[in-house]
Amino acid sequence: MNDDLILLGHGSGGVLSHKLLSDLIIPALSGTPLSGQDDAAVLNIDAGRIAFTTDSYVVDPIFFPGGNIGSLAVNGTVNDLAMVGATPLYVSCGLIIEEGFSRKELSAIVTSMRQAADLAGVRIVTGDTKVVPRGKADRIFINTAGIGAFVTGQPLSGANAKLGDKVIVSGTIGDHGIAVMAAREGLSLATEIQSDCAALNGLVNEMLAMAGDSLRVLRDPTRGGVATTIKEIAVQSAVTITLDEAALPVDPAVRGVCSILGLDPLYVANEGKLLAVVAPAAAEALLERMRQHPLGKNSAIIGEVATAGVGKVQMKTAVGGVRSVEMLAGEQLPRIC
Amino acid sequence: MKYQDEYRNRELVQGLAAHLENLVAGYAGTMTFMEVCGTHTMSIYQYGLRGLLPAQVRLISGPGCPVCVTPNSYLDKAIACCRIPGVVVATFGDMLRVPGTSSSLMEERAKGADVRIVYSPLDAVKLAATNPQLKVVFLGVGFETTAPTIAGSILAARQQGLGNFFVLAAHKTMPVPMAALASDPELAISGFICPAHVSTIIGADAYQPLARDYQRPCVITGFEPADVLQGVAMLAAQVVAGESRVEIQYSRAVKPQGNPKARAILDEVFAPCDAEWRGLGMIPGSGLAIREEFASFDAERMLPLTPELSREPTGCRCGDVLKGKITPFDCPLFEQTCTPEAPVGACMVSTEGTCAAAYKYGR
Repeated sequence: MNDDLILLGHGSGGVLSHKLLSDLIIPALSGTPLSGQDDAAVLNIDAGRIAFTTDSYVVDPIFFPGGNIGSLAVNGTVNDLAMVGATPLYVSCGLIIEEGFSRKELSAIVTSMRQAADLAGVRIVTGDTKVVPRGKADRIFINTAGIGAFVTGQPLSGANAKLGDKVIVSGTIGDHGIAVMAAREGLSLATEIQSDCAALNGLVNEMLAMAGDSLRVLRDPTRGGVATTIKEIAVQSAVTITLDEAALPVDPAVRGVCSILGLDPLYVANEGKLLAVVAPAAAEALLERMRQHPLGKNSAIIGEVATAGVGKVQMKTAVGGVRSVEMLAGEQLPRIC
Repeated sequence: MKYQDEYRNRELVQGLAAHLENLVAGYAGTMTFMEVCGTHTMSIYQYGLRGLLPAQVRLISGPGCPVCVTPNSYLDKAIACCRIPGVVVATFGDMLRVPGTSSSLMEERAKGADVRIVYSPLDAVKLAATNPQLKVVFLGVGFETTAPTIAGSILAARQQGLGNFFVLAAHKTMPVPMAALASDPELAISGFICPAHVSTIIGADAYQPLARDYQRPCVITGFEPADVLQGVAMLAAQVVAGESRVEIQYSRAVKPQGNPKARAILDEVFAPCDAEWRGLGMIPGSGLAIREEFASFDAERMLPLTPELSREPTGCRCGDVLKGKITPFDCPLFEQTCTPEAPVGACMVSTEGTCAAAYKYGR
């Protein structure tokens, strides 16, 4: 028997399953008093109101510059909780593994899940492992769910943007999407573009402490990119948002790759960036605080809520023109020439 | 970024807009310039350049997106290819969503066909070399810009002795349809913003007949906003002076004689042929067919293709959009039944299509 590979038996619920859990997964992921093997984790949450989210991760390739599917799964769920203003506490982990997957890679993935959880200050408290026959999954899929508590304050919502509010992005856009695409397609780039995959709850804590109720909306612009997320906010809040193209932070390498492939960085995915809509009086001070945080050092005010009503997004182009910004339709596909 | 940032400079662009305004200040009529390159169309929308033009200057979009001008009959052949067991269709990404008569490559992939996105025709050659049990068909769509690389892939496949690499060719060439548009009495095109990438291959001299025989000013223009505005100003200056010449704005990349090496490869592998253009119909001598010597790499000759009977979608006015007779907003399907999520016509499919650009940036 090849000990290096995951076999169907590892998902059978029998001896092999138990050995995989006790030898590899539980030591990597948990190792805390909460890691008993009962049917459910029993959690202490001191809050009258909790946030609860789930997401599935099917990224290809599973390892990319700046992260892997494991760190992505933890950070993604932590960020979903942080974006409503909740303090992320507990995360679950469901692994769907294709028969024949490398045990070494599985170990690397769960280890980075643990590291990401520790960095974010959350605990992985429950999980599930299934092994499916070869060809029935693309190497490994991960589902994570998360619970967060509202220690102080009210939940944030995309519907809170008001006339005059400023829109802030926490750093350069499109890094994750281009890093993954370059790794997937084997594009040889002069500089390696790193994914921005990171947990944003630390940054959010500081933002909430600084701006309080002046912070109206937080969203992480993942799939669909900044354009789609801002359009969603505009629609949810029934406002028109005007973006300033010249103010949008884009890494020159990302801009170059986008230019070659005919992609718009405004529509490329991010995994460690957030968009904030904030009352105008608090905007500059919040921006300064964000720039002092390692995950917010390239923060910029990129636009404002121009008018109430409608649900439109417009862009003042860098050269002085105006165009509209819509949601991503389908997926961005590289062009012919 | 060098060769990019300096052409996106706000002061420069605003200065060019003011220069253009002065140029046409005393001009009584309207001048209509057509861009025949999808990347120009995108640039014009993306930077909101129409808003910077004086009232006398109008820009319309022509048949410059290779995906858009590819007729349903070609898509139906590509779909027939991917339905043959053991055949892999390799293509640039933007062909995936283009609807054929009753399906698309994306739909076929969802049903189980082996359709793969590649970034270069040489990737498709590599795919064939590493999978000798498969037949790899590369979709050869594009203008003179992409055609040399596809010709190069056929030469590479021959050199490697590959018997399982094929090209389904539908290449088109540019100055010929421009002449057709210039002679269309329904269109009042004052001049052409000539394509940039295509011109790096064919050179500025290729447009001389348009300027000479059809009295249409031609300016080969780069893609950055300052390039486009300067190109428009050069065209406007010719119109105001009553002249028609070929000028090169994009002199950092385009030479009068083009790229002789790329043209030689083109001539070696391809021969001129009549070609069907979506919306424009059959235009004699406007396509490139694989030469007889390379017949063994021609998917149409080597594979048993049985495409369905093609028809263009009802009510679709892509043809009129591609000729610049109407804007996307004039088409009754635009935003209604035809959207980027569910495109009816090809102008909405390609990221460089006029309707997709208008939908994304112009509403």
